Order: sequence, then C-alpha cells, then structure tokens
Amino acid sequence: MSLVGAFAASHAPGMTGRPTQPPPEQSRPVFDGYADLKRRLEAARPDVLVVVSPEHWANFFLDHMPSFCIGLADEYSGPTDEEFVRIPRRPVRGHARLGRELALGLAEDVDLSTSQELAFDHGVMVPLHLLGVDLPVIPIIVNCLAGIPAPLHRCHALGVALRRTVDRWPERVAVLGTGGLSHWPAMAESGRIGTHFDRRFLEAFLGGRIDTFLRYPSERLEAEAGPGGHEIRTWIAVAGSAGDGCGSLLAYQPVPAWSTGCAVAALEPR
Amino acid sequence: MTTVGIRGRFALGVSLYQVQKLLFQVNRDPQVRGRFMTDRQALVAEYALTEQERRAVLEADFHALYGMGVHSLLLAPLAATLGLAFPEYLATIRGVTR
Repeated sequence: MSLVGAFAASHAPGMTGRPTQPPPEQSRPVFDGYADLKRRLEAARPDVLVVVSPEHWANFFLDHMPSFCIGLADEYSGPTDEEFVRIPRRPVRGHARLGRELALGLAEDVDLSTSQELAFDHGVMVPLHLLGVDLPVIPIIVNCLAGIPAPLHRCHALGVALRRTVDRWPERVAVLGTGGLSHWPAMAESGRIGTHFDRRFLEAFLGGRIDTFLRYPSERLEAEAGPGGHEIRTWIAVAGSAGDGCGSLLAYQPVPAWSTGCAVAALEPR
Repeated sequence: MTTVGIRGRFALGVSLYQVQKLLFQVNRDPQVRGRFMTDRQALVAEYALTEQERRAVLEADFHALYGMGVHSLLLAPLAATLGLAFPEYLATIRGVTR
C-alpha cells in the first residue's frame, strides 16, 4: 500500500500551553491550518501514523545522542513536559510490528537506533492533541538539538527509505513531521522569527525543490533560523518520503509569543 | 562553512555535563523531580557540580544557569514545573527585573 499522506506542522508548546497569549489574528490562522490538516488526515484514512519529531531532552542526553531513533513499542505515553504544554499525560498506542519493519528498511540507508521505550514530549503530543488523532503511532526521533545531528541530506535519505518500506506494507500509512520553522527556543532571543528563511524554505518544500536545502551550512541555518531551525530535518524527511512531491501550505504565521514561525503543510506523495 | 554540527551558543562542549544531566533527569523522571521539589540539597549533592552550578541549581536561578550556557530547553520545562510562567521565565533569563 502506498503512503497515503505526507504532512508537516510546527509543534510550539505554546499552542496548547499558552493558546491565548498571541493576538487572535496570529493564533487563528495556525489553528485553522491544523483544522485543515485534521480534515486531510481523516480523508487519507490512515491505519497508522509515523511521527517524525525532534529530540528535546525527553529521551536522550549527552551520554548517548542518536541521530535517528525509531520506536518499536506497542504503547508509549506523553507528554513528559505536561506542565509546560498543559496536556494531560496519557497512553498512546504504538505499532511494534510495523516499527520493526521500518527499522529494517531504514537501516539499509541510515544509521539508526531503535528503542522499546520512547517518551513523547510536546514534539509529538501537541500535534496529536490538535489533530485529535487516536491512531497507532510510530515515532522516529531525530536529533536536531545537540552535538552533531545527521546532515540534512541524510534526513532526506531517511524519508526515501521510509517511503520504500511503507510501500511494501499492507496497511495505510501516513507520515507527519513536526517541528520548526525558525525559532530561538526558550532563549533570550525568543520571539525573534526568521520569516525570510521560513518563506524560502516553504517555497522549496512545497515546490518539490527540497534538494536546494540539503547542503545548507549549519552556521547559516542557525544565523537565519536560530538553533530551532535545525528542526527542518523533520520536514526534509517528510519531503523525502513524499518523493519530493509538491504540496499545499495550510498555514504560515510568525507567532512571537509562541517563539516560532508556525507552519502547517501537506505534500502530495508521488 | 560546514553542513554539520550544532554551532553558536549550544555548540558541542564538555563543560556543564553534570549540571545539565541533573536538570535532564529532573525533567524526565518523576521520582527525581519529586526529590528536586522536596529534598533538593541531597539530590544536588549526588552530582559533581562546581560551587557556582550548585548554588544556581539550589536557588533555581534561571538567569545564572542560562548565563553559564545550560541549554534553554532544559530550563523552560523546569521553570513551568516550578510555576514560573513563560514570560516571567524569559524576563528572568534576560535579566529583566520586574
């Protein structure tokens, strides 16, 4: 069964933790974009959702920091940062059989860690909450945080391998990347947003031209999109999974109170 | 310019390992968090901290912790746990007194 949907959305903890802090003219387009994404996800009728989410110290520390880690459990829980995001902690169903199959497929192309116990933080739980999905989830956690994250082009390779593996699986699978876009998360610069970078990135992402970002220098990425800009890795993986298909922008809104250029998008897998 | 590696403020370093490990465990493990709330002194004694780090953790001094380079995503969830609203947290790390 071919991939039935490829989506990406920002996951700012403020969306649920401080929903009324931004002016409504800023928050409304983001929530409307999420509502649009929810309709599209439901229309795609997936049996399972692969969520590609950045690490934010919920699972890994500087003793071991994998570039990519896929969950092989049948149950997870989250959010770990419940006071921060104001979502009650709850169990989330996993899908160990497909997780294992994906791990085998991804390992053909990228160096992958596996885990039978991953904690979900806002990166997974804010989107699940806003989308109201109750599907089995397979998490793929991507280091966008510390040390030496995988180069951007390897994240694309992960997406390509994900697609190849999903296409051999009998169930209906959708993928959702969460994170970004530009932000200086919880830093003194919080509220600064690289709108110029965000718009250029979205143009490439939606236009099937993610290849133009795969060798983007780290220094430049951080200067233009902040340390949080490293989270475009999750979007790049989604583009890879969609065969670099074109897509639709469901929302883009800089929201300083949520510290992020908030974007929601859907790609047409090809 | 290279295409890999975290740069800037959070570039790969070897300092701050113990203090960041302590905060990581407080954020992640409800039991450690409970000890942080009720028995902070004994918890902190289990980590090899500098005197400056020890004092900053005991006092939950976000301005000092941020200033020494502790990762902001270790600080923000802890601030929420301690009941510090996000705008207040930002004011604190920026050194704005209210």
